[in-house]
Amino acid sequence: MSEKIDARGLSCPQPVIVTDRKMKELGRGVFEVLVDTETAKENITRLAQQSGWQLDVNEEFGDIRLVLKKV
Amino acid sequence: MSKAVQFFSSRWGIISAGLFVGIFAPLLQHWGNPKNMGICVACMERDIAGALGLHRAALVQHIRPEIVGFVLGALIAAILFREFKPRGGSSPVIRFFLGFFAMIGALVFLGCPWRALLRLAGGDWNAIVGLAGLAFGIWIGILFLKSGYTLGRSTKAGGFSGLVFPIVMIVLLLFLLFAPQFGRTPEGTPTGPIFFSQKGPGSQHAPIVVSLIIALCVGFLAQRTRLCTMGAIRDVILIRNTHLLSGILGIVIAAFMMNLILGQFKAGFSDQPIAHANHLWNFLGMVLAGLAFALAGGCPGRQLFLSGEGDGDAAIFATGMIVGAGFAHNFSMASSPAGPGAYGPASVIIGLIFCIVMGFTMREKIS
Repeated sequence: MSEKIDARGLSCPQPVIVTDRKMKELGRGVFEVLVDTETAKENITRLAQQSGWQLDVNEEFGDIRLVLKKV
Repeated sequence: MSKAVQFFSSRWGIISAGLFVGIFAPLLQHWGNPKNMGICVACMERDIAGALGLHRAALVQHIRPEIVGFVLGALIAAILFREFKPRGGSSPVIRFFLGFFAMIGALVFLGCPWRALLRLAGGDWNAIVGLAGLAFGIWIGILFLKSGYTLGRSTKAGGFSGLVFPIVMIVLLLFLLFAPQFGRTPEGTPTGPIFFSQKGPGSQHAPIVVSLIIALCVGFLAQRTRLCTMGAIRDVILIRNTHLLSGILGIVIAAFMMNLILGQFKAGFSDQPIAHANHLWNFLGMVLAGLAFALAGGCPGRQLFLSGEGDGDAAIFATGMIVGAGFAHNFSMASSPAGPGAYGPASVIIGLIFCIVMGFTMREKIS
């Protein structure tokens, strides 16, 4: 069961900050971030690309589930 | 559509938005807007506050169609790309006062971050001091953000709530076009409730249609590309990411070239248009503005674009800025080319205390 962060409704740049913090805390592995704006999705996508994490994006019921993975 | 989405979120997308602003802001000056003020969200909201009689500084009263266009352009983009999502409820009162104090800081410097960039591109070196202050204020905001500062989550709101601010903008446009004069002085002469400067910066403006069309395009592009001056500096400091910064560089480089072409470039610290050379308060004014923007999550322009997307919290911030502009002039807090207003320095210190108290006290664990 991967860890999950609910970043819905948070102002920019808090979704990025909590994601970045989790990346540093885990070092590698899998976790999920739930966001609700395209801006948060794009910002986390750039952060993932920059720090070498793979990203899967699933949109469901207006929310966006981002699965981040690093082996 | 998906290709358009990809382009706008790419580096070339944001650079294009920056270039557009950098080309057309100096042109707006050429066509009539005040010098180094082709676009300035703070100044233009201040002019709107004056036009509505919220302050009586006779030189800076005008309903600026640029502000209207920014919100409506963002609204159109958000609806077209299915990003119009009414939302709100994230500490609205604090956001109002962050907007209020952000405006006071900006009016001590005399410009929002966009005008700081345009002043730089026009050779006004005081802008360097202001931008340094802006970056320092944002850095303080980042320290708070990293240590757990948050204004809490926004939640989805009813469909119509996201349209309230855009409708207010349409009403402002009608006020501009029809300029109702149903107020009367004791002598019976028509006056107000909409006021327009007869001289000074408030009387200088490009043709309404031109301003409106350019602003609609800026609003559209900025909503798609998330152009944000505060975010540009913040992302470089926070995550070493230069995506948003490339848009900002696009503005400065294009505006610099345009100013050279149009003969609007004049280098120096002194005698710059609608500016003063008090370095201390140029710096500290923008420290306050930068900190308030960072705590609220966006520069004044970005707050307008978010308002167009249906973000009620951003609309509250923008409203706080307009009200703050009224107070800034009524309470002698705004600067003039002669220097800071009598109570400008004191108000900046009060604003900084407010922001710092919020930074330390608004905390919540996100999991």
